[in-house]
Amino acid sequence: MTPRQRLWLFAFGVAGLVACYVWAFAGLPGFGHYPGPYGPAILKRVIAETNATGVVSAVNFEYRGFDTVGEEFILFTAAAGMSVVLRQLRGERKGESSPTDDAASRQVPATSSAIRIVSLLLVGPTAVIGWWLATHAQTNPSGGFQGGVILATAFFLVYLSGEFIAFRRLSPIAVLDVAEAVGAGGFAAVGVTAVALSLPYLFNYLPLGTIPGAVSSSGTIVLISFLVGIEVAAAFILIVGELLEQTLLRREGSS
Amino acid sequence: MQVFPFLVVAWIVAVGLYGMVTSRDLIHQVVCLIVVQSSTYVLLLAVGYVTGGVAPYFFDISPHAKAVDPVVQALALTDVVVEAAVTALLLSFAVQAHKRFGTLDPHELAEFKG
Repeated sequence: MTPRQRLWLFAFGVAGLVACYVWAFAGLPGFGHYPGPYGPAILKRVIAETNATGVVSAVNFEYRGFDTVGEEFILFTAAAGMSVVLRQLRGERKGESSPTDDAASRQVPATSSAIRIVSLLLVGPTAVIGWWLATHAQTNPSGGFQGGVILATAFFLVYLSGEFIAFRRLSPIAVLDVAEAVGAGGFAAVGVTAVALSLPYLFNYLPLGTIPGAVSSSGTIVLISFLVGIEVAAAFILIVGELLEQTLLRREGSS
Repeated sequence: MQVFPFLVVAWIVAVGLYGMVTSRDLIHQVVCLIVVQSSTYVLLLAVGYVTGGVAPYFFDISPHAKAVDPVVQALALTDVVVEAAVTALLLSFAVQAHKRFGTLDPHELAEFKG
């Protein structure tokens, strides 16, 4: 197929997409007048049922908990898929001639002291914020997903400030694999425990606490959020570490 | 301006699609896909908005306050996670393509077979 034909095919597809868009938007409720049945129903009962004041977290880890298990395993699969795709290459390049890095002659500037100091100073606060977010899903706009990503950022700051070696030593792949498995498996185990207690899967069987919005309130929501935080942090460190390692391999191969 | 948020969504999709079609670099193409997907965040949040509603967090406000729809916000969160996973996989494929064929141009890559 020539590029010209491909463009015509694209134009045909876009015409159909535009038609569907106009049709769909014509049927949308006016902006600010969403009549959805689930949101108002959840808002009416969420605090009485779960003692959580962070309703989005309650939806994610309680009402839609089953979907979130799948969501977490998407991330798990992505991290696993990436190590499969990139690991295969690492074996390949030993025998064959390595491809050239076009930017090999480029001078890589040394990390400046300013970047080093600032990023090292930020490691501690970033880790604390990530941890805090991952454990406060029940009270405010936080949760395992957000907290996990910020927790992973603390490790990337170590990479930014100094060496890949220090980053690897702080986050050995074996530990990350275990952390990821504990996070993903723990979430599923919380759900299965409910089944063992002859309750529905992922039923909130822990004490809900007495004060809405307290850290100890909301039962399994806070536990699941924390496990998700561990899993997300481990998955992101694995994914980014994998890509960073590739740049390192390239530079070694070309020099 | 009832339709304005939805026009923004359509515009983001259009910009991303244009970028993907005209792209000559796989990494750029992945970024364009992210742009297309980010339109869904705007769409979800625009659909769930309730005039005069607060964020659905009742830590320090009355639980009876009028709030926006929490379900679509949770969906937006799911969306972000899926996007991160898809992006990571696509980028690793781009790395592999560059290692094997020495190019990231989709037009040149189309010439390689197998």
